[in-house]
Amino acid sequence: MNEIPLHPANASLVLCPDGPILVRGDFDVVMPSGEPAPRQRKTVALCRCGASAIKPYCDGTHKMINFRTEPPDVQGRGTSERPN
Amino acid sequence: MNIPEPRGPISAGVCALLTGDPGADPSALVALHARVTERVAVVEDLIDDDVQLALFCLYELHYGGLAGVDDRWEWHPGLIGIRQLLEEPFEAWLRSEAGVLTDSVRRPAGTPGSDATAALLFELAARDGGPSVSRHVAKKANAEQLSEFLIHKSLYQLKEADPHTWAIPRLAGPAKAALVEIQADEYGGGRPERMHSAMFARTMRGLGLKDSYGGYVDVVPAITLASVNMMSLFGLNRRLRGAIAGHLAMYEMTSSRPNQLYGNGFRRLGFDAAVTGYFDEHVEADAVHEQIAGRDLAGGLVEAEPDLLEDVLFGAAAASCIDARFAALLLEAWENGRSSLRPLVPATT
Repeated sequence: MNEIPLHPANASLVLCPDGPILVRGDFDVVMPSGEPAPRQRKTVALCRCGASAIKPYCDGTHKMINFRTEPPDVQGRGTSERPN
Repeated sequence: MNIPEPRGPISAGVCALLTGDPGADPSALVALHARVTERVAVVEDLIDDDVQLALFCLYELHYGGLAGVDDRWEWHPGLIGIRQLLEEPFEAWLRSEAGVLTDSVRRPAGTPGSDATAALLFELAARDGGPSVSRHVAKKANAEQLSEFLIHKSLYQLKEADPHTWAIPRLAGPAKAALVEIQADEYGGGRPERMHSAMFARTMRGLGLKDSYGGYVDVVPAITLASVNMMSLFGLNRRLRGAIAGHLAMYEMTSSRPNQLYGNGFRRLGFDAAVTGYFDEHVEADAVHEQIAGRDLAGGLVEAEPDLLEDVLFGAAAASCIDARFAALLLEAWENGRSSLRPLVPATT
């Protein structure tokens, strides 16, 4: 079995290409007031495109507005090569 | 659930057999085998009421079972043989339908990384250009159509996530962890009232519908049965683990926006959060799940087993084809002022 890299911190953030930030592990989502954001699940997707109707969470709208996380000339879509 | 009303010679034979003791009447099994062989050879469109209902009953033995049917039938070799006679042409039909979509996907050179597999699946999902049930529900559907919509969906949603769970022990490493992560959320994260199937049952009750599993099986058309049978086919056969992963990814990737529109449709007709909770939950949950399903589940599986890329694409495209055909049936009926359900009269056999 291939060795799976360890993430030593208690939580990890996955920067999804052209999509949200997926947060896993032990963390709290808090509003600027310090109040906890309503939360129903362990792993959450935080809106990165700004267009979600359920912020701070993602609702998939980034796909409809063609949100891109990489500048157009280094897009690596459809291949396994991504810029470092 | 109760044994459904048969819809032709195959389902009548299967239902009759299931009411007896396993192994009590070997000649009935032999006769059914011959009947099924003869019949499937001439069925061209596998979205056939008789074939799909028979398959549905056979698969149901692996889930909650059928009332009054001896549990030993589940692994009866003769009955598994009959299931395979029906599965083979169904799978071939699905592959041929899905081929139109998968042929047009540009595969990357070499083994795709998990981001590349996810990108292929997102691209396939974005092409979904069929008629939209969700837009109709949001803007035009009347109260009866909303009930019909829930009745179609109830065949799967009251056991939501179960067919994909079959895949867990067939996967390893990151793909397995990803599937378990998604399924734990589907099953409410330890809170039974938040299981998606329980939330769907609440929605049904809110519209005055009965929420017992399979309670409406006799009124749903073949395409609705086929959409659930496709998942059971992919989930129950280990060799199709790529297809069930692709299927889940496609479901998740085409879910957030439609569920937002479904919720809007129910709100438009005055239903409150008790009814729309199911749809609202899916807007948020599936925006999480689509990332995990595309990259970690499907992508992780293809990284571990590169030969499965084609089956991942097949499962995703098959889900899309069946969904398009379901949407066409529903909208065609509704636009002509008809019900999309079958009239409740016993089938003539």
